[in-house]
Amino acid sequence: MTQAPDGEIVHFNNVGLRYGTDREVLSDLSFTLYPGSFYFLTGASGAGKTSLLKLLYLAQRPSRGMIRMFGSDAITMPRARLPALRRRIGVVFQDFRLVPHLSAYDNVALPLRVSGAAEKDLVKPVSDMLDWVGLTDRMQARPATLSGGEQQRVAIARAVIARPQILVADEPTGNVDPDMAVKLLRLFEALNGLGTTVVVATHDVHLLKKVPDSLIMRLDKGRLSDPTGALRFPPKRRARQRVQ
Amino acid sequence: MSAAESLASAPTRFIRAFSGKGEKDLVPQTRLSGPMPWVIAIMVALTVIALGAGLALRNTVVSAEAELKGGVTVQIVEPRGDKRDEQVQAALARLRTMPDIVTLRPVPDDEVDALIEPWLGTELDRGVASAVPVPALIDARFENAISEERIAGLQTALAKVAPSARVDAQSGWLEPVYDAIASLQLLAMALVLLLAFALAAAVLLAARNALGTNRETIEIVHLLGGTDTQIARVFQRSIGVDAATGGLVGLVLAIVVILFLGGRFSDLGAGLVNNGALDWLDWVLLALVPVAATLLAMLTARFTVLHALRKML
Repeated sequence: MTQAPDGEIVHFNNVGLRYGTDREVLSDLSFTLYPGSFYFLTGASGAGKTSLLKLLYLAQRPSRGMIRMFGSDAITMPRARLPALRRRIGVVFQDFRLVPHLSAYDNVALPLRVSGAAEKDLVKPVSDMLDWVGLTDRMQARPATLSGGEQQRVAIARAVIARPQILVADEPTGNVDPDMAVKLLRLFEALNGLGTTVVVATHDVHLLKKVPDSLIMRLDKGRLSDPTGALRFPPKRRARQRVQ
Repeated sequence: MSAAESLASAPTRFIRAFSGKGEKDLVPQTRLSGPMPWVIAIMVALTVIALGAGLALRNTVVSAEAELKGGVTVQIVEPRGDKRDEQVQAALARLRTMPDIVTLRPVPDDEVDALIEPWLGTELDRGVASAVPVPALIDARFENAISEERIAGLQTALAKVAPSARVDAQSGWLEPVYDAIASLQLLAMALVLLLAFALAAAVLLAARNALGTNRETIEIVHLLGGTDTQIARVFQRSIGVDAATGGLVGLVLAIVVILFLGGRFSDLGAGLVNNGALDWLDWVLLALVPVAATLLAMLTARFTVLHALRKML
């Protein structure tokens, strides 16, 4: 495993993104994410939150700039090495993106299967995870028969099942009731406490107050502002303490 | 892993690489619901029939060549009966002295009469018949195949004792037939290649279609860290099952057709045709066609999917 400089997990340097020949949807992004930190990414609709998350979970290459993930240059990295990098990233998609022909159980088990885990080693972690998100009795249900909130919980369970080093979540509490939203945030915090860097994109300002010590990255028309100074003064000590 | 362990696990790794077992749930399996098994069944049936025809033609040629190999016919074209008999005896004596002679016999008159019967009939006036200068024939067989040079040498050697002798290689009479059969063999082989190409093209289209249908799922699997090879294995396994099933159906269909045609040809009672019967090795080759078709389909699917996936990030 490559060692990131100064314990950084993600580093963006002057990154820009445009689709086709349109204007840039993200411009001049430069920041560093550290292990064990909890970030909220906020901004109005169309500010570029989802585009930034796509760069973070390696679904998109930037038009310019440099991205370093886990100490490796993600731009020039050979395509064959990307899957190994992606397995260290958990993603909660805004539209859930559950595999429609698989049950809730199989959807949650997917990251473990992809990484080559044996079937007998899947049962307990997947069952535990489904139990945690309150879907034990729905584990054999297909996504089409699940409610929006249930689908979201399956998507979250799938994102965290493989204990990723960084969790990227796009509006993860958008379709759940307030109690479940808090419960999910506690799950993210628990993961964060184990050293996972968490990046949650949301436009729910109430959510920001529910995670103490969280850092806020604000996107405005594709440009990043830094209201808490978190990006200029990364919480190295806090992150290292949490990892320890 | 030691070299010995690596070697021992190589078959397992090979089977896993091509079977896709373990990744079967990554994308939905189409199983046998689509037209692919039936397309492959038709392709395999036509391929087996074309290959069977090619092999039968080859057997015909090989068998005929074996029968006629080293065979030489010496004609004594002498209208005067007494002179003709003298030259026959002299030619026989000369041929007996040759070290590589295997069999030698003068063709009896009744056999010669039977040979020319289709042209001269059986009820001919004996006087007319005796006036027709029918050559005497000697059937000789040598150890090795007869070349043009050897024919010329025999002609020279016999000319000294039987000036009316004409020497012909028996296989030479069938050269035009051999040429025609060779052309048919080439045609059969070309058909086999064309059908293999058509099969690969059909699989390519099916794989592309399946990729398009499952694009969303493939993207998800990719983003969860699935590799191109994992996804390709799923498709090649799915198409492999289709190809194996279709291939088996096609093989059975083709065997029925071959046995039926074989029965019809054997009823003709023609020696040359009957010599074209398929031997056990030919049947093994025909049985390998669906295996080859399955491998070809799986490889085509694998490379098509891998090529398409390379365009994704």
